[in-house]
Amino acid sequence: MAGTAGAAVAAARHDGMLGGPPQTFTGAVPWQEGAADAPPGVSGTDFIFFTSAERAFIEAAVDRLIPPDPVGPGAVEAGVPFFLDHQLAGQFGQGQHYFLAGPWSKGTPQQGYQSRFSPAQLYRAAIPAIEKYVAATFNGAAFSKLAAADQDKVLKGLESGAINLDGGVDSATFFAMLLQNTREGYLSDPIYGGNKDMAAWKMIGFPGAHYDYKEWVTRHGERVPYPPVGFKGRPGWTER
Amino acid sequence: MTVTLKPVDAVLVGFGWTGAIMGQQLCDEGLSVVALERGPWRDTAADFATGFAQDELRYMWRHHLFQNVSYDTLTIRNNTSQQALPMRHLGSFLLGTGVGSGGVHWNGQIWRFLPSDFLTKSHNQQRYGRNAVTDYDLTVQDWGVTYDELEPHYDTFDKLCGTSGKAGNLRGQIQPGGNPFEGPRSNEYPTPAMAQTYAPTLFGQAAASLGRHPFPHPTGNLSQPYVNPLGAQLGECTYCGFCEKFGCGNYSKASPQTTVLPYLMAKPNFTLKTECEVLKVELTADRKRATGVTYVDSAGQEYFQPAEMVILSAYILQNVRLLLLSGIGEPYDPSTGKGQVGRNYAYQTMSSVNVFFDDKILNPFIGAGALATVIDDFNGDNFDHSGLGFIGGAYVAGMVTGGRPIEMIYTPQGTPAWGLEWKHAAARNYLRSFSISVHGSCMSHRGNYLDLDPTYRDTFGRPMLRMTFDFTDNEHKMSDYLTDRAAEVAKAMNPREIKLNRRTGSWSVVPYQTTHNTGGAIMGDNPGNSVVNKYLQVWGVPNVFSMGAGAFPQNAGYNPTGTVAALTYHAAAAIKSQYLKAPGALVQA
Ligand SMILES: Cc1cc2nc3c(=O)[nH]c(=O)nc-3n(C[C@H](O)[C@H](O)[C@H](O)COP(=O)(O)OP(=O)(O)OC[C@H]3O[C@@H](n4cnc5c(N)ncnc54)[C@H](O)[C@@H]3O)c2cc1C
Ligand code: SF4
Repeated sequence: MAGTAGAAVAAARHDGMLGGPPQTFTGAVPWQEGAADAPPGVSGTDFIFFTSAERAFIEAAVDRLIPPDPVGPGAVEAGVPFFLDHQLAGQFGQGQHYFLAGPWSKGTPQQGYQSRFSPAQLYRAAIPAIEKYVAATFNGAAFSKLAAADQDKVLKGLESGAINLDGGVDSATFFAMLLQNTREGYLSDPIYGGNKDMAAWKMIGFPGAHYDYKEWVTRHGERVPYPPVGFKGRPGWTER
Repeated sequence: MTVTLKPVDAVLVGFGWTGAIMGQQLCDEGLSVVALERGPWRDTAADFATGFAQDELRYMWRHHLFQNVSYDTLTIRNNTSQQALPMRHLGSFLLGTGVGSGGVHWNGQIWRFLPSDFLTKSHNQQRYGRNAVTDYDLTVQDWGVTYDELEPHYDTFDKLCGTSGKAGNLRGQIQPGGNPFEGPRSNEYPTPAMAQTYAPTLFGQAAASLGRHPFPHPTGNLSQPYVNPLGAQLGECTYCGFCEKFGCGNYSKASPQTTVLPYLMAKPNFTLKTECEVLKVELTADRKRATGVTYVDSAGQEYFQPAEMVILSAYILQNVRLLLLSGIGEPYDPSTGKGQVGRNYAYQTMSSVNVFFDDKILNPFIGAGALATVIDDFNGDNFDHSGLGFIGGAYVAGMVTGGRPIEMIYTPQGTPAWGLEWKHAAARNYLRSFSISVHGSCMSHRGNYLDLDPTYRDTFGRPMLRMTFDFTDNEHKMSDYLTDRAAEVAKAMNPREIKLNRRTGSWSVVPYQTTHNTGGAIMGDNPGNSVVNKYLQVWGVPNVFSMGAGAFPQNAGYNPTGTVAALTYHAAAAIKSQYLKAPGALVQA
């Protein structure tokens, strides 16, 4: 075990999977000025992960998961596709926090995620498999061209696992991840590329990144009047 | 090649709550102590400052402070007829890593167990007859330590943390406003209870109207500034609502960082090494003593650290695994009932009731890890179980830890998980709903245990830990009864509607429940029923001590860390007063 353990750790470090170098501390509390572990936000507007066909599917699908109407933004309006694209291109997509080694087997629902795919691989395998099912079921049409009611029917079939997909993809596993990631893009801090103008936070009444509510604790039943704030400030302040 | 280091008096494996407390206790005795921690150094300013601590995506959903399961996880199954498969993603529990570990991203709910919780077997048999504990193949037993023995150590932990609360039983005198069911406390809480927001206040009023005994949850989210006996300073909680699963940017949540480290890190006889994973405890040829530990650092170098004493403070799951990997004690075999290591793994039985108003703005984002009004009327043996068909119970808490929108949007019964209907329900209910938590006990059972997986290995080539666990009929009956009690309080609040989230079916690794894993290295009064004695000293290998909730023979209806800390202080006291003078077994087998 001796040598192999060391080599394996060194390899894992190299892949950026683990933390930093070993350190020894004695005699004082370590203090490194300006070493804040700032959040890994995104910038720009370019898509870097999805192909155009994948993007068309994602935009159509997430806008059925959270559709637009006067009550609040839809997922596309909120920037969810851009959020997903950057999440899948980054460490999350690579499965940085998933154990992906074999052997693999389907397992019980209680045993949770048992796919061999990282999230990026799962999206990459699932979208063409869904398009293949849709084409076979709806006269060669693409998902994005279906009527909303048919899109919902397909999404429900994925959600329940009733639709069988090619490519080694479990439809319910993919749907659960897509729905979770969609909510993440809709409701997380705008630095990650979604929740545009904090409109989803405004819709529900969440004031965002405030850190001090002391004066409101016993003001029972009053509405806190703060407009939402993100790590980069209020909508008015953000660069556009 | 393995490098052999200079011997030390004690090596700590892991540096979370139990490692920090034991390190401070042993360093104060003048011992040379080395702590080996597999994760990184962490502090408030660099790792969870107020400018970016309130990041739900990064900390909760991307597991920024949690154990990275990509290189080491465990395997899971509900029973021995199934093939155990790896937990490929964290879910049911959120294992910690790095300096402070779970103590950084815990809620700060600080509880003591009831005096009768330490006598689960004898107390219940006496009151309800022999079958009360043998039904359902339960394997519960007495702890071998009593509440009275632990009380001074609970008190020490309260003073370390500056716990905010209201005593309900001061030296036998019941106090108004506190928990009348708790065991006698030698002192009032160091700081007053937190002020309650709207939802917990409504919960308390409704509970009182039903004749229950509501009180403010004891908390390590401090109600006012506090300086602890080690000179560490804590600030006042600002109810930021990013507490459980997050680090506190305000120095107002009790953690190893805010209570112990400023003192301990300055000690010249203390050394901390981070990014160092202990692989194994090494033993003498006769296996009666540990000689030290082997570890590998993140540069890939392997070391042997010789030590007079080995303290396992690596959280229950890694403590049990290290015992098994090191060949200490006999592994438990559920088919024969023989062997102790891995036996009596247990958990926490959780359910909840969501409450929805139309006419009340609750502002759920004003929250804190342990902000709650609680009733303890149906916990442990605080109520008559005759004819109910179960033992154990739960506290019921009108609790608002925060309103983190990805995790905590409650929607009424029957609302779809997506679509316009979901969005409208989210918009309508977010400010006007909250959840009552039912935090139930979990008895130990013959079929629930930990061992080494025959198939899956970690990056280092070591077998993973295998967890075989399911809730038993006792737990389902308890939880249903308690969920009904919570629903009574919910209805007495006169809401628009409520939703019951009962504990149904088999245990699943997917939804978060609690990081309150217990058992597997349990304590008891002889080597035939336990792995460690009442001082957490391993039977048969007296210079190895195993800390943490692994020592619980079964789990009570409370969060574990108050008891984990008290057991650590209790062990430290015995090491200091007896063991160091005559290193050997503290209890004769
Ligand atoms: C989200 C969350 C909320 C919680 N809330 C509460 C609460 O409100 N109240 C309560 O009572 N409890 C709560 N808990 C539980 C509490 O955090 C634990 O009981 C407590 O931290 C356990 O302390 P420990 O020292 O046993 O383990 P930990 O604090 O987990 O420390 C173990 C350390 O050992 C290290 N380690 C493991 N294996 C090795 C190895 N082989 N080599 C080197 N290092 C190793 C780990 O990296 C870790 O740093 C919560 C936990 C979580 C995750
Ligand atoms: S709720 Fe209070 S104790 Fe918890 S993280 Fe926020 S400020 Fe800190």
